[in-house]
Amino acid sequence: MNSSPFPVIFALDALTGALFLLTALGVLATRQVLASLQLFIAQSLLLALSALFLGIALGSPHLFAVAAITVATKTLMIPWVLRHTVSAEVYRTREIDRVLNIPSSLLTAAALVVLAYAIANPLLGAVDVPFARINLPLGIAAMFLGIFTVVVRREAVPQLLGLLALENGVFFAGVAIVPDLPVIAELAAAVDVPVVALVVGLLTRQIHTRTGSTAVGRLAALREQ
Amino acid sequence: MELAAILLIPVLASALSLSPVGRRFAPPLTLAATIAVFALAANVAVRTAQMGSVGMLGDWLICDGLGALVLCLVALVGVTAALFSWGYIRVRAAHGGRRKEQRYYGLYNLFIMSMLAVPILANVALMWVAVELTTLLSAFLVGFEDTAEALEAAWKYVVLTTLGAVLALLGFLILYWGSRVAGYEPFTWAGLVEAAPRMPPALLWPAFLFILVGFGTKVGLVPMHTWLPDAHSQAPASICALLSGVETTTVLYVILRLFPVVGGVPALDARPWFVGFGLLSVAIATLLLIYVRDFKRMFAFSTVEHMGIILVAAGLGGAEAHLGAAYQMTGHAIAKSFCFFAAGAVAMRFGTQEIAAVRGLVRFAPLSALTLTAGAFAIVGAPPFAVFISEFLIFKAGIASGQYLAIAVLAFFVVIAFCAVMFHVNRMAFGAAGANGPVAPLPLSCKLTLALAAVPLLAIGIYVPNVVQDLLRAAAGAMGG
Repeated sequence: MNSSPFPVIFALDALTGALFLLTALGVLATRQVLASLQLFIAQSLLLALSALFLGIALGSPHLFAVAAITVATKTLMIPWVLRHTVSAEVYRTREIDRVLNIPSSLLTAAALVVLAYAIANPLLGAVDVPFARINLPLGIAAMFLGIFTVVVRREAVPQLLGLLALENGVFFAGVAIVPDLPVIAELAAAVDVPVVALVVGLLTRQIHTRTGSTAVGRLAALREQ
Repeated sequence: MELAAILLIPVLASALSLSPVGRRFAPPLTLAATIAVFALAANVAVRTAQMGSVGMLGDWLICDGLGALVLCLVALVGVTAALFSWGYIRVRAAHGGRRKEQRYYGLYNLFIMSMLAVPILANVALMWVAVELTTLLSAFLVGFEDTAEALEAAWKYVVLTTLGAVLALLGFLILYWGSRVAGYEPFTWAGLVEAAPRMPPALLWPAFLFILVGFGTKVGLVPMHTWLPDAHSQAPASICALLSGVETTTVLYVILRLFPVVGGVPALDARPWFVGFGLLSVAIATLLLIYVRDFKRMFAFSTVEHMGIILVAAGLGGAEAHLGAAYQMTGHAIAKSFCFFAAGAVAMRFGTQEIAAVRGLVRFAPLSALTLTAGAFAIVGAPPFAVFISEFLIFKAGIASGQYLAIAVLAFFVVIAFCAVMFHVNRMAFGAAGANGPVAPLPLSCKLTLALAAVPLLAIGIYVPNVVQDLLRAAAGAMGG
């Protein structure tokens, strides 16, 4: 692990990565909707921090742009969009009822993290990029946790946060493996994220008006008989 | 010039539809815009068939044979669905007023634009954004009816297909990583095909699987298909025609693009994955077709089946099978959109989507009975329709290359699907008449659409003009021949 030419930044990035994974677990397991949102914002800040560290280490101005775009879209725009689309009472909801209980959710989550390392290992064996050793497996792990969050949560806003956390995971891997992705692609992908939040937020509001609840996991009129 | 105009015209039409001008003129404006786009797309197709590919704007936009085919199909269904919308949406949006109608056309044009962008954006990362936009721009079109069911369908549609798209994004980032490791800069399909043999297979393979599963969700491949019958049955019929007819094809096009990329690496063989995923989709969709109770859902399951057939055809490999795949994409887009227009007309006239509630159509609504039966025959692959010829081509190619087991399984399920769909449609059209007759008349524009859309439906199976043949061959060539 000490093969990196930037031992201090490497260690800082590893710490950021560990906290990043913890916030992904938090988004999965927190019952309070507002707390989930705060954990997602923390996760986005950690993503920006990792981009910043890598930008310094690799001398890549692209990554500073990524960090700035991440802070702007994910910590400012998304909370703003959600506050203006989803009614305030949704934020106060506590989600008692979920598909799996928290202990079994966390056990599954642990298995997913192991799986992420198993997937990332052959890639790292083929190409040696120092920071990818931290960011790729943790990014894939956060991605799996995001997918799992979408599956087990029944409320609309936590499902959306799972979706956004999963996107964070992909970008967390992305900053290490493709630090030179064209800025236009980066920008386009960044614009996409608040639009996802906007569309899903507006849908949530519409579902709330129509059915009086935002428990999207309970909507089950459409299925095979 | 055409490629940029193809993207600009719908944006302009969308802005006009939402402006005060759109209060009265949104439907004709949209129709005119889609006709203009279709004319331009046809022009691009003719030129790609002659020259191989057309590029412009410093290579930001590019179109080859396969891209031109998808472009033309989107543009064509864009025209017929716009005409169908004219009368259909006026009735469906009556309670929401003109404002709701304007919003429909504003989103309709942007949705068309996002689908047109997928085959012509040269940069693969931007193409990913375009695919993601197709979901986001059509979400409110799927939930247009504003019922609990429609909103549930829209929710599943957005959440699951976005989830899939993000999974695919990781695949694309790994692909870009691989092409950088191989020393290639431009992130285009042509660049990837060139870079692939020099990429470490350990990168290319997971990238392929992430994209196959991620975008496979949006194509509706089993087992990621669960959202598809909901969205494709709850949306207004004009949107169903676009979702089932061309949106799935547009995303499948991206997966087919991976075929020559992975094909360049001898150590990897994507073909069993294409055939395996394809056959699974065909098999499960066929079983679901037998028990289906809602006739729009029936056509949605048939879409899952057809996506599977096209994937199998691509996986069989060889010029013949790829020609079959290109022909099947064409036949499916034209026939499936027609089926949804016919189904939408029946649903509108009888106020129900239940198969059991519609009996003996031929007595009270001969036109509906005729169009529904013709559409069903076309989509299940009866002669003289295009799907019959394309399926025949695929079977022939598979047998010629000795892949008997895959062809036997495919043929078995295709025949069962044929019987299942015809059984349901036959009861609707010719069964003993029930008590309920039509509850509402069919708007003129819907009748016109059915007449207009019947022309390519019949024509493409009987006579394929030389220029279309050239286009299909160019498309098959781009799949890796």
